[in-house]
Amino acid sequence: MRKYIARRLVLFVPTLLGVSIAIFTLLRVIPGDVAALMLGGAEGEGSYTQEDLERVREQLGLNDPIYVQYGTWIWQLVRFDLGDSIALGRPIAGELKRQFPITLQLAIFTAIVVSLIAIPVGVLAAVKQDTWIDYILRSIAVVGLAAPSFFVGMLIILGLSLYFRWIPPIAFVNLWDNPAVAFQQLIFPAAALGFASQGLLLRMTRTQLLEVLREDFVRTARAKGLAERAVIMRHGVRNALLPVVTIAGVQIGFLFSGTVVIETVFNVPGIGRGLIQAMFIRDLPMIQAYIMYFALVALTANFLVDLTYAWLDPRIRYG
Amino acid sequence: MRERIDDSSNIALAPPRLGQGMLVKRIRGLQHFITTKRLGAFGLFIVLATAVMALGAPIFSTTDPWDVNRRAILLAPDASNWFGTDRLGRDLFSRVVYGSRISIYVGLVSMLSAGAIGSLIGVTSAYFGGYFDLVVQRFIDATAAFPTLLLALALMAAFGSSLNNILLSLTIVFTPRVARVVRSVSLSIKEMPYVESARAIGSSDFRIMFRHLLPNTFASLIVVATSLIGSAVLIEASLSFLGVGLPADVISWGAMLAGDVLIDFASAPWVGIFPAMALTIAVFGVNVFGDALRDVLDPRMRGTQ
Repeated sequence: MRKYIARRLVLFVPTLLGVSIAIFTLLRVIPGDVAALMLGGAEGEGSYTQEDLERVREQLGLNDPIYVQYGTWIWQLVRFDLGDSIALGRPIAGELKRQFPITLQLAIFTAIVVSLIAIPVGVLAAVKQDTWIDYILRSIAVVGLAAPSFFVGMLIILGLSLYFRWIPPIAFVNLWDNPAVAFQQLIFPAAALGFASQGLLLRMTRTQLLEVLREDFVRTARAKGLAERAVIMRHGVRNALLPVVTIAGVQIGFLFSGTVVIETVFNVPGIGRGLIQAMFIRDLPMIQAYIMYFALVALTANFLVDLTYAWLDPRIRYG
Repeated sequence: MRERIDDSSNIALAPPRLGQGMLVKRIRGLQHFITTKRLGAFGLFIVLATAVMALGAPIFSTTDPWDVNRRAILLAPDASNWFGTDRLGRDLFSRVVYGSRISIYVGLVSMLSAGAIGSLIGVTSAYFGGYFDLVVQRFIDATAAFPTLLLALALMAAFGSSLNNILLSLTIVFTPRVARVVRSVSLSIKEMPYVESARAIGSSDFRIMFRHLLPNTFASLIVVATSLIGSAVLIEASLSFLGVGLPADVISWGAMLAGDVLIDFASAPWVGIFPAMALTIAVFGVNVFGDALRDVLDPRMRGTQ
């Protein structure tokens, strides 16, 4: 296992570097002068002097050679000191530090809720294959895949405001400060976010379990007179869960990017909304940092999934 | 019994009339698809209906979708405005009809371009192998590590918001996925005896790739490509919803749900419900059609649903 982790880590670092280079290059292909774009504001309506332009260029390090710029940026990322946001006049690292825990809470909370609901429901759909229960559950899954998450969020807000006069809170409470209030704040965005991602997990669980239940060892288990419950749970679900774990893990990366939309709908002050705001004020260093940390989360999730997979299935470790 | 023998001998003797025979075969195939995959056929119907709506938008719409009417602001659905009006007094039914154009266009163009570029990359990567394959694969891994929406957002941040940039972003997001599938299928086909024979009679690399490998990846390619349409439509809608997708003057289902709609939605739910329903139904149609297609075309999925 240790050898496997080491091998995966060796592969993880170049991917991370590749992604960082990609993001760095990407935001340098922006047509036009970045400093002028940033000073010009969202609609190009801002006025600025030549000195302002020079000052911003200096601040962004745009006068340095490109490899120096990249090196500086990586060093900034590692030290988590990302300079000041030009439009906001505050340190970017401070913004991230404030927003990141909120999004992390939301994503993890959603992942747990979705896994706890979608996996058992998927098992149920497989067990009741081709009955009306199966059809209903599968329809819910397919609708979840097709309905845009922001619309689900809007419907939830509409329902809540009509029946409970609830509106999305303006101030946000951290989980460790006041768990009860934080839970109330998280449950609705998590429901909207989760509805979109349950579809894949449910279908995956169902398909995998159906496949496993066709295996010879399941027939053997039934033949030796094992209770159906034990056949499904001990022989079926345990073997079917492996690919499901992968999907659930990869979902965390997707849940994180899904927060971009959901946080906008529910007015949650997390990094998703932060990224959109940074895009609106065209704050290049901010966009760059946000996207890099998003990618870092997605890559780390993938990495952890690989490890879990190897831990669950020895064939991969020694493969 | 005798009849059957006669029948088969007839087929054997009859001169092959390729054109008509193929057509009959296709129609039979379609009939079979509709009878065995009812949900998939329903999806196909939705897709076709959306396409017809997009093509005939001027015929189906009741008024000019850009027409601002200050005296008809946020009207509830009635006989003249079937879906009601928005905060500028524009007819929502006409806007939903016109909105199908962007979704169809974005879905088709991004699928076609990603399909073409991705299969080209996939087949060359599989055929030549070696360092070329290694470099291409690392690049594809790095791109695929991003969640799709995030990569699209990053690209839109770099390119700026416009329709062409959405198409460009989606193509970049989807190409690695296509390339991955085409490469893995090509790798197995490459080992087939007929590829060996083709090489033995002196076929060029180009001929082997485009005559022997690529056509045989087609089933998998179609399955991936169909699955891309749905996510292309959803990503465009999400980007437009976030205000970084299409400019305000373009009518798109996603953009119709953006900005002030969030405020109007509580008092006038129809401003959000109709475009969102149209979006959901269209994506649902593409998805179930794609699933059925996968069941039919992908032998590994046969019988599992």
